[in-house]
Amino acid sequence: MNLYAIRAIYLFEMHRTWRTIMQSIISPVISTSLYFVVFGSAIGGRIPEINGVSYGAFIVPGLVMLSLLTQSISNASFGIYFPKFTGTIYELLSAPVSYFEIVIAYVGAAASKSIILGVIILATAALFVPMRIEHPFVMVLFLVLTAVTFSLFGFIIGIWADGFEKLQLVPLMIVTPLTFLGGSFYSIDMLPPFWRTVTLFNPVVYLISGFRWSFYGLSDVHIGTSLAMTLVFLIVCILIVRWMFKTGYRLKS
Amino acid sequence: MHVAWRVFCLMGLLTCFVRRWFENQFGSPYKENHSSNDGSCLLFHSTGDVATENSVRIDPMSSAISVSNLHKTYDSGFEALKNINLDIHHGEIFALLGPNGAGKTTLISTICGIVNPTSGTILADGHDIQKEYRAARTKIGLVPQELTTDAFETVWNTVSFSRGLFGKPSKPSHVEKILKDLSLWDKKDNKIITLSGGMKRRVMIAKALSHEPEILFLDEPTAGVDVELRRDMWNVVRALRESGVTIILTTHYIEEAEQMADRIGVISKGEIILVEEKNELMRSLGKKQLRLHLQEEHSAVPDTLAKYGLELAASGSELIYSYDAHEDKTGIASLLKDLDKAGIGFNDIQTKQSSLEEIFVNLVRERK
Repeated sequence: MNLYAIRAIYLFEMHRTWRTIMQSIISPVISTSLYFVVFGSAIGGRIPEINGVSYGAFIVPGLVMLSLLTQSISNASFGIYFPKFTGTIYELLSAPVSYFEIVIAYVGAAASKSIILGVIILATAALFVPMRIEHPFVMVLFLVLTAVTFSLFGFIIGIWADGFEKLQLVPLMIVTPLTFLGGSFYSIDMLPPFWRTVTLFNPVVYLISGFRWSFYGLSDVHIGTSLAMTLVFLIVCILIVRWMFKTGYRLKS
Repeated sequence: MHVAWRVFCLMGLLTCFVRRWFENQFGSPYKENHSSNDGSCLLFHSTGDVATENSVRIDPMSSAISVSNLHKTYDSGFEALKNINLDIHHGEIFALLGPNGAGKTTLISTICGIVNPTSGTILADGHDIQKEYRAARTKIGLVPQELTTDAFETVWNTVSFSRGLFGKPSKPSHVEKILKDLSLWDKKDNKIITLSGGMKRRVMIAKALSHEPEILFLDEPTAGVDVELRRDMWNVVRALRESGVTIILTTHYIEEAEQMADRIGVISKGEIILVEEKNELMRSLGKKQLRLHLQEEHSAVPDTLAKYGLELAASGSELIYSYDAHEDKTGIASLLKDLDKAGIGFNDIQTKQSSLEEIFVNLVRERK
């Protein structure tokens, strides 16, 4: 195990966050705060409580997930795409590191960043709305699992993308709609039965539902199902990454 | 940032178990022979050391790089390398020459692990570059042709990063020495984007040297570099060679190869068409020319001198005779006698050895 290499890549990536702190940390925090102001205070005051939880508090887990997903994907995809774009990837490919170490370092750094971000957003949320966390352990588990899974997903996008447009395509066209329709701002029980069934095909529903359960003990689907679905997605991502490195897909000719 | 790293290290322990499971399930992608030390997850690049014992060494004393039967066909169907066999000796400077598109960069990239070979084997210091990629790559430093750097990093950080990436613990004194040798020391805190092209080239060399490689690849290191930097660079290369580093370089400045290299390889259309000691090559392929400055201008070579294949130059005031300096009879003595008989006088004589460039051009032209 080339730990020095993992350390070098990890610190390099974390350093990049520090350098771009405005876009990496501050801007997601600001945009999430805006959601709290608009949905939590302004509109939320007119919406009745959902199962005994005020609307402002209800949307907190969904908003944290929203940032976690988008930031994990953008951090990880950019982290591996940029060296490909500039050509510095030559060094990574010629270094004595295994694909496993590369993935650990890049995905680890991207996941660390989004976990830090998630915690900051939670702390910010606590300023706006009263919150409680009933199952802190499960909360942390979901936070870490989601950050890792979607960083892996982002890593895959970063390798697959051969232009900046593609890099933006998946987060904008797929992930954001799925997150908004995945129950960030509502309980899927509020939907008509047909749309409720459709929504169950959205993987993000399981993440948000499980995460919300860890806060308020409320969930749209069973917590076990949520966990299982997250793990399935994680394993799918691992298998794809493994295939990419084995074949050298878009990395080596 | 470093706190995050420590937390991450704890997770790393967990990772070790996952990795073991992962590779037991699927096998290692590089078919690396390290099942015996999988448990020693935290030992740094122990894999390579173990692999050494298992590897078959071909002529270990003399080959820093040994390429055999290497083929590379790109997905597009383009056959970039055709049955390459090449041995680079320890401690030599080997110059790889060839026209654009001949396969120089593909060959280097394949040895360094950036391009997958289609077939054939490559050993770096006796280690197979695919099966024992850790041991092999640790020994190799690469300066690619294109200037690709992390624009927003500082010089110091990017060079230290490379050292870590190649599995070496940080050693500021070594990084300092490299930066000083390459006249980069006063730029160490500058972001790379602020540097000139020549300085960026130095940064790339510094990166390649950061992990103390035993074999250094320089792909067109002097392309687009000014005279002063070229001289600096060759001083560094010479110093490296004296410290025992094997150097493989490509260049299209043939005079550089002529000055620097111990051996020359010529590659054309994906084939190595010649590998020779530089001096030997100059001797065996080098033609000599005798130039005679005539007293009077002549419009044609007299028929009596036709057998010498003379050329008239400088509007008839010079006569050029090409000959092979290694033959017993160079024909010079009889030519001079015959000139005397023909009544052609001359006031100066000059001989010239053909340069590597001329040899190279002739070689490649013959192939076409």
